[in-house]
Amino acid sequence: MAQSSQITPGRAYGFFTDTSVCIGCKACEVACKQWNELPGNDPVFGDGFDNTGSLDAQNWRHVEFIDNVPDETMGTGQGKAWLMMSDVCKHCQHASCMEVCPTGAIIRTEFDSVYIQQDVCNGCRNCISACPYNVIGQDEHKGVAQKCTLCYDRLQGGMEPACSKACPTDSIQFGPVDELQQMARQRVADLQEQGVTQARLYGDDASVYGGLNAFFLLMDEPEKYNLPNAANAVLPSRNNVGGYLGVLATAVLGVLGGLIALRRRREPAAETPSETRPETEAGEE
Amino acid sequence: MTILAEAQHFVRPPDWTWYILFYFFFAGLSGGSYTIATLFRLRGERSDEPAARLGYYAAFAALLPCPVMLILDLGRPLRFWHMMWNTTPDAAGFNFVYWSPMSVGVWALLLYGVFATVSFAEALVRDGKIRLPLAQGAVRLLDGTLGKLVIAAGAVVGLFIAGYTGVLLAVSNQPVWSDTWALGGLFLASGMSGSAALLMLLTRYRPEAQASAGMLAVSERLYALLELALIVVFVLTLIPAGTLGLTFGFPWILLWLVALAGLAPGIAGLLTSRLAVTGEGTTVAVHATSAATTLAVPALVLVGVLALRAAVIFSIQ
Ligand code: SF4
Ligand code: SF4
Repeated sequence: MAQSSQITPGRAYGFFTDTSVCIGCKACEVACKQWNELPGNDPVFGDGFDNTGSLDAQNWRHVEFIDNVPDETMGTGQGKAWLMMSDVCKHCQHASCMEVCPTGAIIRTEFDSVYIQQDVCNGCRNCISACPYNVIGQDEHKGVAQKCTLCYDRLQGGMEPACSKACPTDSIQFGPVDELQQMARQRVADLQEQGVTQARLYGDDASVYGGLNAFFLLMDEPEKYNLPNAANAVLPSRNNVGGYLGVLATAVLGVLGGLIALRRRREPAAETPSETRPETEAGEE
Repeated sequence: MTILAEAQHFVRPPDWTWYILFYFFFAGLSGGSYTIATLFRLRGERSDEPAARLGYYAAFAALLPCPVMLILDLGRPLRFWHMMWNTTPDAAGFNFVYWSPMSVGVWALLLYGVFATVSFAEALVRDGKIRLPLAQGAVRLLDGTLGKLVIAAGAVVGLFIAGYTGVLLAVSNQPVWSDTWALGGLFLASGMSGSAALLMLLTRYRPEAQASAGMLAVSERLYALLELALIVVFVLTLIPAGTLGLTFGFPWILLWLVALAGLAPGIAGLLTSRLAVTGEGTTVAVHATSAATTLAVPALVLVGVLALRAAVIFSIQ
C-alpha cells in the first residue's frame, strides 16, 4: 500500500501493477477468490502454468504467463523467458463497459472505481461486448455480469484490496492513484537508468481510456500482454454516428426504391377492381 | 502468442446467439413489412389496399416474438424492466442512454409496438374482422391526414427497428462488428428485401392482394441490389481492419453463400426484367405464375436474410 494509509471516500484509488517483479505465484488470485468467495478452477490436464485462462466471472485477478523465449539463443536469457503479469479490471476513466450498459448497473463509486451493482444488472451482456480488456464474465448461476470490484466492501471498511495485500513481491500496489502514478514514474526512471530499456508504463496517463486507475509497468509492448495500444484504445460509442448514418442513408434509398417499385403501372392486367378500398381514400387522387 | 498486426481486439464475445439471431430476423421483417405497407397506402392505389393491410398484419405478427426473444436472452429475464427503469438506490429514474443503441432500441421497440398494434387493429377493423362501433369510430379518426401521419411516423420507427440492431453490434469493441459502419444499413436492406419476399409469399393466401404481388417482386429486386451494395461496403470496411478472414472464413463462408443465394433471384430479376414485372414488360397475373416463383423464391430470400444475420453474429463468437 502506498504512503497514505487512510482510505477516504472521494479520492481516486487504484492499483499499480509492476510486472517487472511479478514471480507468477498467484497469491493474488487465491486471495481474491478467498475474499470474494469465488469458486476455484478445476485443474485441466495439459494446462501450462496458466491454468486460469482469462479474467471472467469467477477470476477477477489473472496472472498471465506469456511465453517470451527468444527464437535464437543469445547468451544469457536475461530473465526474458516469461512475461508475467497479474491482470485485473483497469477501472478505466473512460470505461467502455459503463458506456454501453443500458440499465445503469455499472457505476463509479466514491473511490473512483468501476462497480457492477449485482441487484441492478439484468445480464444483457452488452458490457462484455464492450470491454476491450476481456475482463467481464457472466455468472452462470446468478445470470449477472461480474468482475473485480476493487474490493469495494473492503475499501468501505478501510481495508486495502485482498490481492495487493497478499502479493509477496509488491508487484501489486494499492493506493491513491496520484501517489501510485508518482511512484510508478520513479520506478520506470530507475529501471531505465539501470539499462532496463524495455520497461514502460501503461495507462498511467490519459493516452489509454483517459487513464486507468489500475495501471501497469510492462516489460514489452502492450500488445504482447493482450492490451490494446494507445491508438487502438477506442470507445464503443465511436461507431454510433457512422452506424446511424448508414441506417439513415439505407432508409432513404429503401423508401425511394419502394416508391419506384410500388408505382402502379398502367397495364391492363394490373387493373384489378377492388371493393376493399377504405372509404377514406375515396376522395383522393 | 500471435500478435494481431492491424486492429487489436482483446475482447470476449457476449454470447448473443439464437435468441438474438431470431430477434434480429423478426425485427427486420416487422419493420420492413410496416414500411412497405405504409408505402402501399401512401403511394399505391385503391387496389393495393389489401396488400397494405397484409403488410400491417405481417408487421404485427413478426413483432410478437421480438420482446420474447430479447427477454429470454437476458441472464435475469425478470429484470427486463431494468432497461427502462434505473433501480440504483440514489439514481432511480428512467434509463435513456442515447449513446447506447441497446437502451435506445428498447424505447424504440416500445414505441414501434404502439404503431404496429394500432395499424394492425385498424387493418382488422377495415377488413371487417372487428365490428365494434367504438373501434369503427376510432378508425374513422385515422381517415385522412391523421392516419397518414400515423403510418408515416410508424414507418420511420419501423425502419429504425429494422436497422438499429446492426448499430448495436457496431457499438462494441468486438472484431468485425466494430470495424464497420455498414451493419445497420445492411440489416435494414436485408430486412426490406426479406419483407418484400414475405409479403409476396403471403399474397398466395390473400387473393385480393395478388394484384400487388408484381410490385412486391420489383421492390424485392431493388432491395436485393441495395443489400448487395451494402455487403460490398461491409467487405471494403473490413479490409483496413484486417478482420475480413474472421467473418468470411470457413465455415461461415457457407452462410454467406446462402445469403448471396437469397439475393440471386432479385439480382437476376433486375438483370433480365429490370423494373418490369415480366421479361416482356407486361404484367401477368401472379396467380398464373408457377408455385416456384411465389413460394420457393420468397422462401429462399427469407433463408438468405436469416443466414446473413447468422454469419455476422456467429462468425465472431
Ligand atoms: S477494464 Fe473493462 S470492465 Fe474494467 S472498467 Fe475498463 S472497460 Fe470496464
Ligand atoms: S450485463 Fe449487466 S452490467 Fe453488463 S451491460 Fe448488461 S445490465 Fe449492464
